[in-house]
Amino acid sequence: MSEQTAVQEQQVASKTVKFEIQRQDTPDSKPYWESFSIPYRPNMNVISALMEIRRNPVNADGKKTTPVNWDMNCLEEVCGACSMVINGRPRQSCTALVDQLTQPIRLEPMRTFPVVRDLVVDREFMFDSLKRIKAWIPIDGTYDLGEGPRMPERKRQWTYELSKCMTCGVCLEACPNVNDKSNFIGPALLSQVRLFNAHPTGAMNKDERLQTIMSDGGIGECGNSQNCVVACPKGIPLTTSIAAMNRATTVQMFKNFFGSDHMVD
Amino acid sequence: MSRESDFYLRRLHSLLGVIPVGLFVTQHLVVNHFATRGEEAFNTASNFMGNLPFVLFLEWFIIYIPLMFHAFYGVYIAFTAKNNVKRYGTFRNWMFLLQRVTGVFLVIFIAWHIYETRIQKALGAEVDFDMMANILSNPFMLAFYIVGVLSATFHLANGLWSFAVTWGIAQSPNSQKIVSYITILAFLVLSVIGVQALLAFVV
Repeated sequence: MSEQTAVQEQQVASKTVKFEIQRQDTPDSKPYWESFSIPYRPNMNVISALMEIRRNPVNADGKKTTPVNWDMNCLEEVCGACSMVINGRPRQSCTALVDQLTQPIRLEPMRTFPVVRDLVVDREFMFDSLKRIKAWIPIDGTYDLGEGPRMPERKRQWTYELSKCMTCGVCLEACPNVNDKSNFIGPALLSQVRLFNAHPTGAMNKDERLQTIMSDGGIGECGNSQNCVVACPKGIPLTTSIAAMNRATTVQMFKNFFGSDHMVD
Repeated sequence: MSRESDFYLRRLHSLLGVIPVGLFVTQHLVVNHFATRGEEAFNTASNFMGNLPFVLFLEWFIIYIPLMFHAFYGVYIAFTAKNNVKRYGTFRNWMFLLQRVTGVFLVIFIAWHIYETRIQKALGAEVDFDMMANILSNPFMLAFYIVGVLSATFHLANGLWSFAVTWGIAQSPNSQKIVSYITILAFLVLSVIGVQALLAFVV
């Protein structure tokens, strides 16, 4: 029995997984490709493979190299930190299972964002945009404001779908209009405006959020390629959100010009 | 680089593409269709259009100014995109690319078309059936015009779809799909009308 297990282990160990990883040493240096061949283990994901490279940083030519850098946090596809381009498509590396990927598995950073090192990118642009659109519900006052208005349960259900957004940046990477020639804040952020404007307390500032997406880099930059909704790992109805915000900004635009005042309702 | 006014310019671009430019293109293709009824019918229709009261005002404010804004701002939009149909080969992503390709081609085609007809007219040439028959007798020009007309009908039909989305008329995926079908139908109908008229000049 033990002999058989040893043979099986050897067989498993002799099987390898091939990776091609686009590396970059500093934010300004030139990217280059490096191949790796690592021992196969059952149920591997891209992160466990990267951990193996970190444990034994030797490339496919048998030369010792620096460990590949990447970002990760939750390991269950709710934080968005480990997003990268895997075999040409942006997605989370934690849920990218090696058994389901064509080899060699090609890993690249999401170049829509500034590259920090190897597969690590700086998604600060998105977090700054969240501040711009006021992606929160203001509940603080100088005194106890009491309870807010009730939210219909069925509305809570569809807004819950929008709240699954983890600001991972995959939709921005997929969008042809998010690039260094435009300031487009991206599909995720437009959907967040819909989320916070749908909340009964959040709606008290809805005109401010709409005003923001009617300015520089806002909803006007969307070209309806609808890649975002295809790319979103959480299945968020991004294009429906964008169309809904298109209508909301249309109404806001006419209100601003023809209305008696510019404030909410 | 984006500016604060981009939202309004984009909306204006979307609106002008349909009203008046889209309406004008439809009208133009329909009037061209008189060519299928013979030389005389076409010349009568063309004379009627060319001698409308306030024709200069109509030409500038309904055609040239809106068309120029739509064309030049459109070129700017087309070249700010970083197309990725290789990564996402979906129907909508192809439409996104084709909208930009046809748009840029149409700027070239329409510039040439205006040069060949309106500018020649200003220089004293007679714009009539013979002029078009003469141009289209060249097989290369016929192909150029067919591609031009198909680009225009495609750009208009797909533009109607994005107009419906951009102004927030069609929001749900289902309504957007139905608008897609309607605009595909519009593309087919306008293309048949346009190409039939072109072929009437060569036969």
